[in-house]
Amino acid sequence: MVSGITFRKTLMTASAHMIELRDVTHAYRTKAGPLPVLDRLSIQIPENSFCAVVGPSGCGKSTLTRLVSGLMRPNEGEVWLHGQRVTSPRPTVGMAFQNPVLLEWRTILQNVLLPMEIVKSPMSKAEATERAHHLLDLVGLTGFAEKRPSELSGGMRQRASLCRSIIHKPDVLILDEPFGALDAFTREDLWCTMHDLRAEEPFTCLLITHDLRESVFLADQVVVMSGRPAHAQHVMQVDLPGKRSLDDLYSPKAVEMLATLRHQIQVAQGRTVDDTAEAKA
Amino acid sequence: MNDTLRKILAPLLFIIGILAFWEWIVWYKQLPDFRMASPSDLIPRYIRFWDLFLIKSWETLWRTVAGLGLAVIFGTLIGMIMGFSRFAREGLYPILVGFNAIPKATVVPIVALMFVGQHDFNTVLIAFMISFFPIAVSVSIGLSTLEPEYRDILRSLGASNFTIFWKIALPKTLPEFFGALKVAVTLAFIGTNLMEIVSPHGRGLGDLFDSGRISADYPLMFAVLFALAALGIVLFYVVVFLERIFAGWAERSPG
Repeated sequence: MVSGITFRKTLMTASAHMIELRDVTHAYRTKAGPLPVLDRLSIQIPENSFCAVVGPSGCGKSTLTRLVSGLMRPNEGEVWLHGQRVTSPRPTVGMAFQNPVLLEWRTILQNVLLPMEIVKSPMSKAEATERAHHLLDLVGLTGFAEKRPSELSGGMRQRASLCRSIIHKPDVLILDEPFGALDAFTREDLWCTMHDLRAEEPFTCLLITHDLRESVFLADQVVVMSGRPAHAQHVMQVDLPGKRSLDDLYSPKAVEMLATLRHQIQVAQGRTVDDTAEAKA
Repeated sequence: MNDTLRKILAPLLFIIGILAFWEWIVWYKQLPDFRMASPSDLIPRYIRFWDLFLIKSWETLWRTVAGLGLAVIFGTLIGMIMGFSRFAREGLYPILVGFNAIPKATVVPIVALMFVGQHDFNTVLIAFMISFFPIAVSVSIGLSTLEPEYRDILRSLGASNFTIFWKIALPKTLPEFFGALKVAVTLAFIGTNLMEIVSPHGRGLGDLFDSGRISADYPLMFAVLFALAALGIVLFYVVVFLERIFAGWAERSPG
């Protein structure tokens, strides 16, 4: 026990990571008793790097986003952001969900500027508006600033939602399956947009996804979560240097990584390698 | 024929047609005006009682609006409590349903006796009682069905509950609120008139209607009906107008 405490203290002062989860354990209370979701989950994400988390359905990926954003506190373990322990929501975090949740009574520009009404920012109103227009240009929504969300397609709404999530220059961006509900072409388009955004301004990103190709194309590090209650079953560094293009996904290296991830997911789902072999036979 | 012209002409034609048919049937059956009024009988009544019509209409109008205003305030308040607290929702909902199940026509004589002579008070009270249910229910449903993501986008930035209510929950509930208000305004109007007709020596158009009934003045009664219709239309379209201003975004543009 004593050694455990000193261990934590050392990390407290020397956390070099932007996002760090230490032995996070969490259970939901249900009628049938506690439902354990996370079991000693530890993840480290260095500053300005991109981490994708994949795992079987219902393994607690969304719980993870709520813990990192401070919307929830874990039963046990610690969540650290930027060298500070997370106990409540922080304005330096940006979030985007599978549902773009744009406010229908506002124009796209007003939607993008929404966080500026909550967060105290050194940006003036004019600067923020200029930044909003710049971000909209960057994601390909030039000329849509004054439109209503109902006039936009699903992919365009998600683009606007991305702009909103980074308008206040958060140092951490949390994406909970933001491309999940889009068609394949729009999705690939938005992946490239993500790379453009990151090239423009660095931020640390935590992406929850079901799409293995998406995780390999976007991330520097892919974490495979085990089945519930989940821990980090496998961590893979994505070593694709230089500017990535969609073609890279078909390189032997990427194919090999995808195969590893697929295998890890099957293990997480409880289907062993032998089982798949049996099924084939 | 262009669109605007048709929009004006078509209803006008139908109105004239119906009035003409009505006039004809009274003339054809040779009905005396103590048995059935014809449209041509109404005009002399309006001329003769014009002052009364203006005064009584105003009385009916302001009491309906006052009752509705109270219903909006209390209905929204109760709706908010029920929308945010599951405990309050589960506790209050059966009571509200039970209260709403009582036909208000039976409550009217009770209230009329309870506050006998206090015409303004009991009329406003009935208008309020009859119209606040749909508002409370719609606001509570609007708030309790708010998707958690909507809350989370602001909460993750550290926004307070009040900010979330003001910036998201309230505007998002407005379409439901106005839908309920359209029902409520009609109900409040019914409530006002019920009380005006039932309470002796009452006020408002209901009282004028009752006077017509007592003196078997059919043309006057019909004249009051038309005045009520006009007032009801005005009230309804005021709500529609407010809806366009405050919740116009919810209307899908055609195509």
